[in-house]
Amino acid sequence: MSERLTLITGRTRKQAVGMHKGKDSPEYREATALVEMNPEDMARLKIEDGGKALLRTAEGEVELTAHAGSLPAGLVFVPMGTLVNKLIGTETLGTGMPSFKGQTVDVAAVTEREDAS
Amino acid sequence: MSTVVEHVTCPFCGCLCDDLTVEAEGVEIRKVRLACSSGQGIFMDYDPRPRRPLVDGREVEWENAVAEAASILSAADSPLIYGLSSSASEAQRKAVALADRIGAVIDSTSSVCHGPTGLAMQAVGEPTCTLGEVRDRADLLVFWGCNPDASHLRHFPRFSLTAKGALTPNGRADRTVYVVDVRPTGSSKKADHFLQVDVGSDFEVLTTLRLLVKGKEPSVDTVGGVPVAQLKELVERMKSCRYGVAFMGMGLTMAPARQLNVAELFTLVAELNEFAKFSVLPMRGHGNVTGADQVLSWTTGYPFAVSFARGYPQFSPGEFSAVDMLARRAADAAVIIASDPGAHFPAAAAAHLERIPTIVLDHGPSVVASHARVVFPTAAYGVDAAGTAYRMDNVPIPLKRVISTGRLTDEEILDRIIEAVA
Ligand code: SF4
Repeated sequence: MSERLTLITGRTRKQAVGMHKGKDSPEYREATALVEMNPEDMARLKIEDGGKALLRTAEGEVELTAHAGSLPAGLVFVPMGTLVNKLIGTETLGTGMPSFKGQTVDVAAVTEREDAS
Repeated sequence: MSTVVEHVTCPFCGCLCDDLTVEAEGVEIRKVRLACSSGQGIFMDYDPRPRRPLVDGREVEWENAVAEAASILSAADSPLIYGLSSSASEAQRKAVALADRIGAVIDSTSSVCHGPTGLAMQAVGEPTCTLGEVRDRADLLVFWGCNPDASHLRHFPRFSLTAKGALTPNGRADRTVYVVDVRPTGSSKKADHFLQVDVGSDFEVLTTLRLLVKGKEPSVDTVGGVPVAQLKELVERMKSCRYGVAFMGMGLTMAPARQLNVAELFTLVAELNEFAKFSVLPMRGHGNVTGADQVLSWTTGYPFAVSFARGYPQFSPGEFSAVDMLARRAADAAVIIASDPGAHFPAAAAAHLERIPTIVLDHGPSVVASHARVVFPTAAYGVDAAGTAYRMDNVPIPLKRVISTGRLTDEEILDRIIEAVA
């Protein structure tokens, strides 16, 4: 089961600290390989806190560690970085700015994908 | 030899905190006082070891690297110069000179942060102020679509939330603070009032605020997830405050409607000046991204996304902005200055930088440098090079050199490239 949710990206304190250590550092990887979700969305999608979620858009897909956060239902947050950028399209609507916030994304638990394949 | 340098400026974010103390032993930085966790890393994780330029991953002499860069740029039909926001304004001027010389497109990281804010300023103006005025006078703060608690860690204590000033001697107690965002954040937890807006509804909420300021009644009870009663309360505070300041971030510029959101907020702030003094400031991210806008504006007339292909500057966001240039495969060579589009652009745009010859100037490793044709290791402004940067409120602040490594600056390398291009 997957659901279409809305993706926003942004800076976090850990992302900034990890960036100074280097984008190949474990700190950066850990800080950018997570998705924060609404707990009810997670329960419905059978994604456990600390479990893996698969996020997919027309651009690509990426597996991230899911954390329950204080997000409104339907919204997922991923720290800015190389991973989430696999999901972001290049359309800028004539402004130069891609949709780093507000793009729709299909979200599923990772185990389910393995079952299905 | 150990040295202690005082009144050091942190070059990391648009706050440009200029009250740091840095202790060093030769070129090793041992201790940094007063920097936040984001700023600490700039100094403490700095690798001062001497490095040589690379061509195709192999170390070469400087003149060979300069010759290679010049030959790439001389052969290119449509080169792109991008980055600039973690460089000094002295180097930003050189980058514009290089763009002029080779007929390049030049764009800064503004296009993926506050580019839409620049478009809004062009459309409706900018009711601005300095951070000193905020600290000394502001009794109402509205943070809209920004989270300084994660992105500008000393903004609250130095300039806004808890800062004490001439008319705000009790700091936090002298201010009413609103946060407007699509989700609760560290910043919203520190506010007196949090208005949670539905994603993509900022424009409607801002328009409703303008309506309420004009004394009109909306015919609905809720707009964009926010009860109108709460918006009325905010408008009352806005009209009756001594000095209100709105801060805005990427919650407005990256969301649907982009520059229209920002223009609506700027217009609201301008209209509020009929009732109270009110200003708005964009929360600028990179240390000198404001300088990039300044320098491009003085020299070309436009803040970002400028093309010199016809021999004079032309402005066209969506066309000459870096993501669009790369996604359309319109650039056939690139100079990346002190930034990492390899990590921060949509993957499909970043991928084009692997197809074309890319020249990178940076003080440390980056994703884009890892597959660049030419890499120039530089000094870092504010660490081992001095220069000028513009704070988010457009105040120029000197960056100090706290250690001496002898590394060349962006400015010096750009000078050599300009001299060498045909
Ligand atoms: S708030 Fe910004 S400028 Fe100030 S110390 Fe932190 S990173 Fe540096």
